[in-house]
Amino acid sequence: MKRIISFILVVLVTTGVMVGTSPELLKNIRLGLDLKGGYEILYEAEPLEAGQQLSKASLVQTAKSLESRANALGTSEPEVTTEGNNRIRLKLAGVTDEAEVRAKMKEPAVLTFRSKAANDKEGEYSKIELRGNEFVENAAKVVFTSLNQPMIDIKVKDKAKFSEITKRLMGQPLAIYLDDTLLSAPTVQQQLTDGSAQISGNYTREEANQLRDTINLGALPLKLTEKYSQSVGATLGKLSLDQTIKAGLIGSVIILIFMIGLYRIPGIIASFALITHTWLVLAIFYLGDFVLTLPGIAAFILGIGMAVDANIITYERIKEEMRSGKSILSSVKAGSKHSFRTIIDSNITTIIAAAVMFFLGTGAVKGFALVLIFDIVTSIITNIFFSRFLLTLLVRANVVKKPKYFGVKESEIRAL
Amino acid sequence: MRFNWSYDYIKGSKIAYIFSIILTITGIVSILGLGLNYAVDFRAGSNVDISVSKAITTEQVNPIIRDMGVDEGDVHITPGADRVNVRFSNVLDENQESKFKQEFSKLDSKASYEVNTVDPEMAKELERNAIYAVLIASIGIMIYVAIRFEWRFGLAAVIALFHDAFVVISVFSIFRLEVDLTFITAVLTIVGFSINDTIVIFDRIRENLRFAKKTTKAELREVVNQSLAQTMTRSLNTTFTVFAASICLFIFGGESIRMFSLAMVIGTLFGAYSSIFIAAPLWLVLKGKQVSKPKAAAKASN
Repeated sequence: MKRIISFILVVLVTTGVMVGTSPELLKNIRLGLDLKGGYEILYEAEPLEAGQQLSKASLVQTAKSLESRANALGTSEPEVTTEGNNRIRLKLAGVTDEAEVRAKMKEPAVLTFRSKAANDKEGEYSKIELRGNEFVENAAKVVFTSLNQPMIDIKVKDKAKFSEITKRLMGQPLAIYLDDTLLSAPTVQQQLTDGSAQISGNYTREEANQLRDTINLGALPLKLTEKYSQSVGATLGKLSLDQTIKAGLIGSVIILIFMIGLYRIPGIIASFALITHTWLVLAIFYLGDFVLTLPGIAAFILGIGMAVDANIITYERIKEEMRSGKSILSSVKAGSKHSFRTIIDSNITTIIAAAVMFFLGTGAVKGFALVLIFDIVTSIITNIFFSRFLLTLLVRANVVKKPKYFGVKESEIRAL
Repeated sequence: MRFNWSYDYIKGSKIAYIFSIILTITGIVSILGLGLNYAVDFRAGSNVDISVSKAITTEQVNPIIRDMGVDEGDVHITPGADRVNVRFSNVLDENQESKFKQEFSKLDSKASYEVNTVDPEMAKELERNAIYAVLIASIGIMIYVAIRFEWRFGLAAVIALFHDAFVVISVFSIFRLEVDLTFITAVLTIVGFSINDTIVIFDRIRENLRFAKKTTKAELREVVNQSLAQTMTRSLNTTFTVFAASICLFIFGGESIRMFSLAMVIGTLFGAYSSIFIAAPLWLVLKGKQVSKPKAAAKASN
């Protein structure tokens, strides 16, 4: 009696948790651009002027400037990542004027030093005094004052011009802009004649490093070329999502009917484990904030077919043990034990293939591989351990007493 | 419902070998002669997939392409009632792309687009990575199976696995089906999954070997046949569930994973076939060489 109560409790609690959390999960899982529409571009960066070196810092800086541009253009959650030494991947969702956005993105980052023009409002600077390419390449450095306060050392090419600017703007701010974003507005303290200056302020070390990288990038802007691009219309993305989910539901129903038809009571447990499995993979996506792409959903659906394989292998083994004349309980025990190694071995080979895809693949392939790995790992938890636990509870509770509940006929059982 | 699966599979494997060899040769001829029908992912250019609300003909699309200043010879148009595909062998820049969309939307205001553009250098890189991936995955699996079982099982499993991957690639070459990035994903999944059945069978062979006499080749053959009969329901059922999932994806799933699903359908079926008729008999051939040497036979019986 105790066992049957705990069985019912486990099933009810699990169902309750799944039903309670699923709407929230489904609503909040991040969908890839191929499902919600948007576009993805892979840029290769090279210095605007030939013969210059490309540094990782300037690549990161370019990525940051792309991100702030995308934000300024009002796109939702732009995603910008650097890849390798010279690539930047940009993902944008929900863009209406694609051509404009794409053209803007490709423009090199523009660094300017500006002063206040006559009709500027408070905190606005629009008179351009110096441009990024007037600085000596890679000459900006972070140095420290005697009080260990970081400052940025800069060098300009035209000493005379810099001297004139610093003389004219003495005591006034000389603001630093990247594209149209104000980064900092230090005040000119004295006339500087040797073409070098120190920018000091209440910078943290990190802010100082950032400003240094920005100035160096401005001195040596990168040229971006599109190497790969994918753009998906929002309607088309929604269509793919709906179609594929429908395919998944039909496939799942077929698999559930198949399992229950063949394995009866254990089949029902396998089906319950399978639903738990699906919920768990969704939960992992939600908790890990992973992005679900179309190939990802495909992996998800294939994973449903693969997860029940563990149950099939176990149940066939249990049936075999029962036919040899063992009691139900010892058949379940022996069947679970003997099939475990086989299942793990076959799952590991799939994980090997998925891991290779994850490490060598890009974009869509990576998304697929990630789901496949989660699929297999969670299926070990749900379709081996969880379903074994449920089945053992039921058998020990003496609820399933007849072999036919396992899909085994009395006539097939040999005397021990 | 229980079938008796006793059958001389080793005898059946002779026919399977012939079938597989013919298939492989046809595949090699097709791949060398016709090559693969690469999608834009692997051969650079731009691919435009449009879901349309009314049928659009090639004649309607052609003027747009002329207008863009692209040579019609470089463009391949596949018209359809609900989907139109336009493939450009050259990379479209963003102005051409938006111009195309603008003009096409005049034909059908409800059109929704998917545009993929791949630079030649990138295409080469993707192709290279794909080949590396298949090789590394196969080697990894072979090493794993060799460690868990013995090298003969590992070798037989990997030959069967290459067979499955190769059959899928051949079928795509022969029927001129489009090979895109998701196809590679499917081949790798087949490589990882089709071996599952093989492992179930090998596991059973190993288990049966413990209790069996294995001094002659005939005795070994009996063990293999028995093991195959015992695991047949398992192999068929596990294949069915994955097959059901892939065929549903193929029939009802989104357009851009159709080729992926088809590759999975073919791969799953051939995976089951090769586990039964290629991997297990092949192991027997390898193991049989060992028992025919008297010294080795004595060693094997411990």
